Amino acid sequence: MKLIRKKMGFVGLAAAMGLVISGCTTEDSGSSPTIVVGSQAYLSNEIIAEIYAQALEAAGYKVETRFQIGQRDAYLPELESGAVTLFPEYTGNLLQYYAPDVTAQETDEVYLKLQEALPEGLTALAMSPATDQDSYNVTAEFAAENNLVSLEDLAGLDGLILGGNPELEERPYGPRGLLEIYGVVVAFDATGPSTVEALLSGLINVANVYSADPAVAEFGFVTLADPKGMFLASNVVPIVNSAFAQELAPIIDPISKALTTEGLLALNLAAKTEGLSAAALATRWLAENGF
Amino acid sequence: MDIIREAVAWLLAAEQYQGPGSVPQRIMEHLVFTAVAVGIAAVIAVPLGYFIGHTGRGLVWLVGATGAARALPSFGLMLLLVLVLGVTNRWSAAVSALVLLAIPPLLAGAYSGVHQIPRAVIDAARAQGMTESQILFRVEVPLSLPLVLGGVRAAVLQVVATATLVAYVGLGGLGYEIIQGIPLRRFDQTFGAAFIIVVLALVLDAALAWATRVSTPRGVRAGKTEDVRARETAHPAGVGTPLGNTLR
Repeated sequence: MKLIRKKMGFVGLAAAMGLVISGCTTEDSGSSPTIVVGSQAYLSNEIIAEIYAQALEAAGYKVETRFQIGQRDAYLPELESGAVTLFPEYTGNLLQYYAPDVTAQETDEVYLKLQEALPEGLTALAMSPATDQDSYNVTAEFAAENNLVSLEDLAGLDGLILGGNPELEERPYGPRGLLEIYGVVVAFDATGPSTVEALLSGLINVANVYSADPAVAEFGFVTLADPKGMFLASNVVPIVNSAFAQELAPIIDPISKALTTEGLLALNLAAKTEGLSAAALATRWLAENGF
Repeated sequence: MDIIREAVAWLLAAEQYQGPGSVPQRIMEHLVFTAVAVGIAAVIAVPLGYFIGHTGRGLVWLVGATGAARALPSFGLMLLLVLVLGVTNRWSAAVSALVLLAIPPLLAGAYSGVHQIPRAVIDAARAQGMTESQILFRVEVPLSLPLVLGGVRAAVLQVVATATLVAYVGLGGLGYEIIQGIPLRRFDQTFGAAFIIVVLALVLDAALAWATRVSTPRGVRAGKTEDVRARETAHPAGVGTPLGNTLR
């Protein structure tokens, strides 16, 4: 709890703020609070969280990490209660959590709606250009056989089976969205964690894989274009306890700016092929990007 | 509590009873998994248990193997089998995991069912000239039935609860409503499906408890009121026992 050292030089105002607000999260109002960085049980997310954590540490903060907390139901209450301070999130998917019936799809609109939808006490910092969103993929052979480029091309094909997590069945971009927006009829198979294997084995022929998943490049899947904007744009966005928003923004915003979709994909691929830990990958990324 | 009211409303809503993925369909899927898994496990475990109980051979092996099998985590085993057998064989993989879960209680029931039969009873049967297969089917099977059914009861209870997990590999069942409901924050659905699983387990358990009672042979039940053997203290040595001992 003795941190102020380097931070004073970093942002004077922020330090002063830290003293004022520390009473909210710690009983000891004389020292600055520990920043708790959380992550989903999703490796790509953990790498981003690790980047935040290391950048904050470099800025002189005492950082505690609570990684692999699981899915939104598990960690959002922690964020709302203040037990976790900072969390890498995704604009579209998070918006859908707070506003399930939302119709926004375009990047900036989603970000705007998300800011409105966030509960009191949570703030979305500037979003990153990096996206990691739902996308529908087919194998290269299947795409070649049926001349598939976009979701529109699926219309009229018989025997399509869409695979993904169980909740996809009920999502606006699930089987219902495909039918209403693109006129595509699909059966649904809740392949869950084995979705990529199911696509490779032919159990399903359309798979919902996140766009930054290295499996797409690894197995040469064809990601079908979404010209009518069925999927919500989902950019990486740091969600922070509002009390810390102003203080942490100068440290986190440049990271969000530097993180691109290609960069995120490269990180995920490196995690898979080089077997490096999230921490090692984060250190390397920070060095490579001049932090 | 609100969640209970919402779950009841979900259970009573008409859309739960029509179309694909309806509640009755999920219950059927759940029961089919339970029946197939317990059925296969019974075919394996009951004859094996009878063999061990009848001959007394392999008892150490039985205790060790069933103890180890009970410690296997079903969820991990199921996912491992799906990975090993491939996702196209996920049905066999999931059933295999449930079969392994059901075998220990069935084996224990069959073994102890035969083992608990007083030796004098079997020796008497043998002394009357019964063949080994007659002893097995006319004496050991009926007398062991209550304990065998007790094993079935324990196995069904475990499997009906654990069949919830098959939804994780996309095989439906009532677990599907639970794992779909959580990320969608439809807790009425999650709670409602969990409630059905509990009811299903209780109903099956009650039915099997009744079957166990009914299956108890009249002679065994009568024996409970008066232990005839206990009176025969002046049991002449040599009747039955030595012959029985040499035979086994």
